[in-house]
Amino acid sequence: MVAGAEAFARTWATAVIGSSYVPMTRAEVAEHLQSLTEVLVEALIADPFRTAPGYDIGARLVEAHFTGTDTLGRTVQLLGDDLLTELGIGVDGRMESRLSALQGALAAGYARALRERTLAEQEAIRAAVLDARDQAETALRASEARFRAMFTEAAIGIGIADIEGRILDVNQALQDMLGFSVEEMRQYNIRDLMHPEDSGNVWRLYDQLIAGDCDHYRAEKRFHRADGEQVWTHLTLSLVRDDHGEPQYQVAMIEDVTDRHLLQNRLRYQALHDPLTGLPNRALFLERLGRVFNAVGGTTSRRAGLCYLDLDGFKVINDSLGHDIGDQLLVEVGRRLDHSVSGDGKLVARMGGDEFVILVEGSASTQDIVNVADRVLHELEAPIKIGGHELTVSASIGIVERPLEGTTAADLMRDADITLYWAKADGKSRWALYNPERNAREVARFTLSATMPAALERDEFYVDYQPLVRLADSRVTGVEALVRWQHPEFGRLAPDRFIELAEETGLIVPLGRWVLRKACEEARRWLEEFGDSAPFVSVNLAVRQSRDPELVRDVKRILDECALPPHHLQLELTESAIMGTADEPLEALRALSDMGVRIAIDDFGTGYSNLAYLKHLPVHELKIAGSFMEGLRAADEEDAVDAQIVSTLVQLAHALGLGVTAEGVETPSQAKRLHRIGCDTGQGWFFARPGRPEDIDHLLRGGL
Amino acid sequence: MAERPKWVPGDIDLERPSVARVYDYWLGGAHNFAADRAVANRTLEAMPELRRVILTNRTLLRRMVRHLLRLGVRQFLDLGSGIPTAGNVHEIAHAVDPTARVVYVDMDPVAIAHGKSLLADLPNVVALQADIRDPASVLGDPEVRSVLDLDQPVAVLMIAVLHFVPDADHPCGIIADYLDALVPGSYLGVSHSGGEQGEESAAVAEARRRYSEQVAPMVHRTRAELISLLGGLELVEPGVVRLPHWRPDSPDDVDESADRFPGFAALGRKP
Repeated sequence: MVAGAEAFARTWATAVIGSSYVPMTRAEVAEHLQSLTEVLVEALIADPFRTAPGYDIGARLVEAHFTGTDTLGRTVQLLGDDLLTELGIGVDGRMESRLSALQGALAAGYARALRERTLAEQEAIRAAVLDARDQAETALRASEARFRAMFTEAAIGIGIADIEGRILDVNQALQDMLGFSVEEMRQYNIRDLMHPEDSGNVWRLYDQLIAGDCDHYRAEKRFHRADGEQVWTHLTLSLVRDDHGEPQYQVAMIEDVTDRHLLQNRLRYQALHDPLTGLPNRALFLERLGRVFNAVGGTTSRRAGLCYLDLDGFKVINDSLGHDIGDQLLVEVGRRLDHSVSGDGKLVARMGGDEFVILVEGSASTQDIVNVADRVLHELEAPIKIGGHELTVSASIGIVERPLEGTTAADLMRDADITLYWAKADGKSRWALYNPERNAREVARFTLSATMPAALERDEFYVDYQPLVRLADSRVTGVEALVRWQHPEFGRLAPDRFIELAEETGLIVPLGRWVLRKACEEARRWLEEFGDSAPFVSVNLAVRQSRDPELVRDVKRILDECALPPHHLQLELTESAIMGTADEPLEALRALSDMGVRIAIDDFGTGYSNLAYLKHLPVHELKIAGSFMEGLRAADEEDAVDAQIVSTLVQLAHALGLGVTAEGVETPSQAKRLHRIGCDTGQGWFFARPGRPEDIDHLLRGGL
Repeated sequence: MAERPKWVPGDIDLERPSVARVYDYWLGGAHNFAADRAVANRTLEAMPELRRVILTNRTLLRRMVRHLLRLGVRQFLDLGSGIPTAGNVHEIAHAVDPTARVVYVDMDPVAIAHGKSLLADLPNVVALQADIRDPASVLGDPEVRSVLDLDQPVAVLMIAVLHFVPDADHPCGIIADYLDALVPGSYLGVSHSGGEQGEESAAVAEARRRYSEQVAPMVHRTRAELISLLGGLELVEPGVVRLPHWRPDSPDDVDESADRFPGFAALGRKP
């Protein structure tokens, strides 16, 4: 170790630190420079002298990253100024020359190394740029490939157009959807894709988008396919703006929803059609009927008609031949209806079961609908062959036809339904036309029927009595009780106005009981006042009453409560009530008869009496119907047949041990003839009209 | 379809100066281009002492890595690593422990491309091009995860990089996101351009203006601001100090200008 080298290295370090960045501490720098100093010293004194170590030191400085050129400047200066002195080497010409040579070599080595390093680093950074660019390119290509793939492979249709609407690109899905190639699509402008069914919204929003007023919108839109078919789509159109925010492109995403649309249509069809016959169902019919009333232009001067149709006796077919046959029958009926009622403004629908309805919009007159009904009935006349059966069907049709003004869909339906029942009631296999008067009557009937129970409680009913007169001595032997209704609105009503209704509703039972009680009370009063000459009361018993299981008990209780001997009561029944019944009512009659109550057959001769059976019945009296009295009316001309019938009936009754009463006796000659024939009792205007109990009192007191 | 997606690197424009290449030039490297050198020189003209500032900053990196190695840390995440040059983190670390693991992250694609070619043969060192403001994508990168074991302490280095993150980018949140992913005993090393209020000389201000305009906008922060950025960390002695005062190798490295050095350094430990 050359003395002074360490000191020089420290001076060197101080001089160059801060001139370059080296990844070393100050001490490490000093250490590094000391080793270089030693090499330098050796070179200086070496024999033979070589400059290569100087060159090498220059290179090693660069290697240690003393790349700041100030480092070289300070080093060369320091070597010249301090080295020989620090080392205590005599300054002579040889040494100065060697030092200069080494300084030169060091500078050359440094320059060479720095140049190499600079070139290498420039090379490296340019390579890095290329690498980075490659990577960026690759990433960009991958990205573009991904976007391209997304565009190409997307299952949704995608199209791009410029802001003028020129189509620039469309993906495969959109080409497939519309059936045009990308080249064909490029011929089009967006506006060429307008569809007549497009809502105005679609194109109004399009204009807004193109103007940059909105950035995207969704719409339902139909397109024409290349093959002429249509495709239903969900369209989303988006605006792409440039860097300055100006509209640049438009991107359409189009989803084919045709299948969904068709499914919806099918579901709607199914919801609105009858699966059996394929005809519109009640829902569709009502919708259409509603639309008739809601149509543009109001209801002024327009008319419409309905045929409400129901097959006659369909239940029998269903029950006897099975539902399969029934269903096939309905299908055929549906087909025939549809066939016979075709054309605009006409709709055939199945309402359910065997009910069909035909709507005729814009009818000119009622005759139009009647013609339709006639055609339908005619169409149904031909037998229907199903599974070896030849079925003959008929239908009843209720027809309503009227101006739309002043009526409603519900009115039409209700009236057609009512009218259908009229057609049924009128004998089926026919049509009936709605008639407001008939409807008013029906309504009145309904009103009567509905108010009858309350009327009974409010004592609106009362009983009149008509004498039954013994022809032999003109004595009043009995009276027939006849119920009346003093209606607060309709006035005095005769039994023919309400008895039938009471039968239908069942009110006849309490009403009949009430009449029975009234009559028995009256009879009791007469018995008390007139004793042995008091008349018995004859009370009509309706069919339904005669079948009432409580009948015997009711009669007995009323007789008991009125303390009326049973033979003061006669019950009148019609032929059919007695003959057409099963055993039970007969038992009841027998019990009543056994009790002592008289039983009369009312209107005898108008039904179909089983004469053989008659003698076994618990009957005491026959009342011959008034219709037979017609022929006995006039004094001079007698209808021989009627006379013979009456005569025969009287003989028959007497043969069976029964009394005979003739009803409807209106003239003296009738009375005289009946007496002559042998008839026991007469009833009719000739003797007395029905009247209040007081009138009977008067008769009993004073005679006829 | 002219739009380029955000995650594809932009054009590599050699006419535009890059933070990494300008820094390389100041360190005496030749990994740079004319545009980089032009702005580097213009900035130097305004502030001649800048070269020394840069060198000092570079020596801090060395001091900090060496200290971390002494503390036992063997994993380093160098955020804003720049152009790999003499005295890189892995060189310093591998001198002590050749198995030390280092990840370099920079958003400059050229710097990272260069790094990748330099580091290709080193098994425990990788370079990742990413924006350090996106901790999730840095820490979630599979290559990063293959090098760093997050169950062991990691030293995150943000040397001369936080001053490129303005408050609007929430530097606090970014730091927190990195540290939240690391185990206790991990570190954050920071150097940051700055000084106290009103201290900045006209020359420095002009240099910063030129640099901010032509390379990248740069924020000065005060010591207090830096302390608050490091809130929640245990500061390693001597805390947040002027850069030359942070554990100097030798008293000779600290001259009278150290107290006015335009930048701070600190090392914090995650408790």
